[in-house]
Amino acid sequence: FLEPEASSCEGMMAAAARLFLRGANSKLSIAPGSLGTTLLKLSPNCSSRTKTQRRHAAHFTFQPDPVPSQYGPTQKMNLFQSITSALDNTLASDPTAVIFGEDVAFGGVFRCTVGLRDKYGKDRVFNTPLCEQGIVGFGIGVAVAGATAIAEIQFADYIFPAFDQIVNEAAKYRYRSGNMFDCGNLTIRAPWGCVGHGSLYHSQSPEAFFAHCPGLKVVIPRSPIQAKGLLLSCIADKNPCIFFEPKILYRAAVEQVPEDPYTIPLSQAEVLQEGSDVTLVAWGTQIHVLKEVASMAQEKLGVSCEVIDLQTILPWDIETVCKSVVKTGRLLISHEAPVTGGFASEISSTVQEECFLNLEAPISRVCGYDTPFPHIFEPFYIPDKWKCFEAIKKMINY
Amino acid sequence: MIPQDYLGLAFFSMLCCFWPLGIAAFYLSQKVLQLQQTFDSSLEKPQFPGASAEFVDQLEFIQPNVISGIPVYRVMDRQGNIINPSQDPQLSKETVLNFYQKMTMLNTMDRILYESQRQGRISFYMTNYGEEGTHIGSAAALDPNDLVFGQYREAGVLMYRGFPLDHFMAQCYANADDLGKGRQMPVHYGSKDLNFVTISSPLATQIPQAAGAAYAVKRENTNRAVICYFGEGAASEGDAHAGFNFSATLECPLIFFCRNNGYAISTPTNEQYRGDGIAARGPGYGMLSIRVDGNDVFAVYNATKEARRRAVAENQPFLIEAMTYRIGHHSTSDDSSAYRSVDEVNYWDKQDHPISRLRHYMTARGWWSEDDERSWRKQSRKTVMEAFERAERRLKPNPELLFTDVYQEMIPSLNKQRESLWRHVQQYKENYPLDLYEK
Repeated sequence: FLEPEASSCEGMMAAAARLFLRGANSKLSIAPGSLGTTLLKLSPNCSSRTKTQRRHAAHFTFQPDPVPSQYGPTQKMNLFQSITSALDNTLASDPTAVIFGEDVAFGGVFRCTVGLRDKYGKDRVFNTPLCEQGIVGFGIGVAVAGATAIAEIQFADYIFPAFDQIVNEAAKYRYRSGNMFDCGNLTIRAPWGCVGHGSLYHSQSPEAFFAHCPGLKVVIPRSPIQAKGLLLSCIADKNPCIFFEPKILYRAAVEQVPEDPYTIPLSQAEVLQEGSDVTLVAWGTQIHVLKEVASMAQEKLGVSCEVIDLQTILPWDIETVCKSVVKTGRLLISHEAPVTGGFASEISSTVQEECFLNLEAPISRVCGYDTPFPHIFEPFYIPDKWKCFEAIKKMINY
Repeated sequence: MIPQDYLGLAFFSMLCCFWPLGIAAFYLSQKVLQLQQTFDSSLEKPQFPGASAEFVDQLEFIQPNVISGIPVYRVMDRQGNIINPSQDPQLSKETVLNFYQKMTMLNTMDRILYESQRQGRISFYMTNYGEEGTHIGSAAALDPNDLVFGQYREAGVLMYRGFPLDHFMAQCYANADDLGKGRQMPVHYGSKDLNFVTISSPLATQIPQAAGAAYAVKRENTNRAVICYFGEGAASEGDAHAGFNFSATLECPLIFFCRNNGYAISTPTNEQYRGDGIAARGPGYGMLSIRVDGNDVFAVYNATKEARRRAVAENQPFLIEAMTYRIGHHSTSDDSSAYRSVDEVNYWDKQDHPISRLRHYMTARGWWSEDDERSWRKQSRKTVMEAFERAERRLKPNPELLFTDVYQEMIPSLNKQRESLWRHVQQYKENYPLDLYEK
């Protein structure tokens, strides 16, 4: 949000407004009031924003799940708050648990750790130096020594310096030591996926790199309720887990989330809506795109779609997906990550092995292009609902 | 942008009698004041958050002091005589004999296993020739519960802690007695009971891990320390920088033990670094550091003992750079005559060897005679050979173990792969060496 140089009066007003809203959970950015807009207009080169300059709305609409009744009282939370809640529950119940990474002490750049340092102490929620290989290596050591390690990588795009520690060490610790040592107590969290303006290094979805690594678990939630339950499962799981959090959903996704701890099982894909004509598979943000696509397909084509949230990328729930494809005969997999070598290729390959004779059409992958994630071209790059809709049309008419 | 301190707002609001806002703003302004440091620009001291040294008005680059670098601490001279009696740890005869026997046993095992690789009995081996002092001296200074992270040339630490010869052999032969279940190349030892974390091939990865383990151990409050071994070559890895920095900033009870043996395979130290070795890097991280004569088992012992005591008492890391020499080849895949002279190797073997220096110390005290030497050599060789023969005869582990421990639990997809292998092997069994493996 652009803020012009504030005059003292304007600054006062803005400060007053911020003061009142200080207690609110979400960070409020005040656009300058009418005075500010006038100031903008006074500048000769600055006309009111044209259509080309206005930033686009999100490519999806977050669809909240119904309020869960089986886990006790719930509270309205967005995605980052549901993460905080999971971490809060963990620190409360597990005295060995520690949370660390860059900037986690003040609450984190996405506010996932707000309040935890004050509540649980600076020896349990602390900043590390700026070094991803160190963060993960350190986390492995904490886990090997028997404590619960929750490491934060600031953006999934920056996880690569830690790739050696994750792939060569964390994933293989148990196997190579004959089960004498392991780092099952390690969970790595990282913000993931497109955010509208993230460009090359704040938008990546690197799950495919890690899917190729036996010994790891890779988990991606679609919503706050899922995030808390899946994160708690990852933390409890006795294998090193990577938990990718769709950053575009941090504030946009709001649900009624149970306050008490609960777990959602790993490696179990969820059928969000049943259908008979096409199976749609995705994870994270893209689920909300596919849900909309399913409605469009029903309305405009009379096609009934079965939507599956994979949730766990590794090990993935082959059975649920294949069972669905056996029923529908058509499969569409969609993800933001580039199509070549993306995780859709693994699903596609396995499904054609298991369900070859059931297939009515080639398996469709609607994914990002084989380019780095672009900045200004994001609206063209992402696998939006129109591309998915068109792919369904092609499959139906095959 | 100057951060909002609310004082102006407080004053203005109270002037307008808008009390709720005024009082709230005043309260907040006081909180902000507490958080801010007092900046006094009247003083001519630097106020930078990043460093708080003095100003200087002469342009001068700091000279890295390579010629007369950090001195090498030693207790014995090359002939095993104590130089400064106050530094003699005055260990009992029993302890010193144990040091000697562990070093020589290691040496004997190395000779036999190196030969066994040459004869095609095991696939690979790495000797510890010349570095036995670094292993035994440091291991002896630790508590048995202290956690050890190694690189690959620290077998003496395990030996000192009591790892049986049968287990060394089992790992090298990858037989059914291997604690590691036959999954890794030889010399990738590990022992849960002896608190020695299993070795992995990627270099320096253990360094930040050791920092994390030390942090967890600190929180346990059980007065344990962690030691992390690595070579001067591995110290060039990014992971080493990460581990040093993390351990210092997070105040970990950790000893970094660098075996500077002159070579990283064929790369000599003057191609590995340009500064004053590894010890000189410690102060850069805010770490207490020392350089010791790695071939002087007492110097290694004293330094490690003191570092351990203080690391635990003060929750800070220590860096020990043990200067030594790699007398053997890097591994059985290396022939070091390709990059260094036989004369150089002979000097270290004959003139400055940790085992010889300790023997001179012992014989000078009448603790070890020629007869003792002869009978010990015979006995240790016999013990090693017996373990060797047992290991040779043992079957390899059950191939089922190919598939376990990937995760804590067996997962369906892996189970399917396992079943598919068995079906295949059933059909093509004559092409698979099933007889060598346990059923």
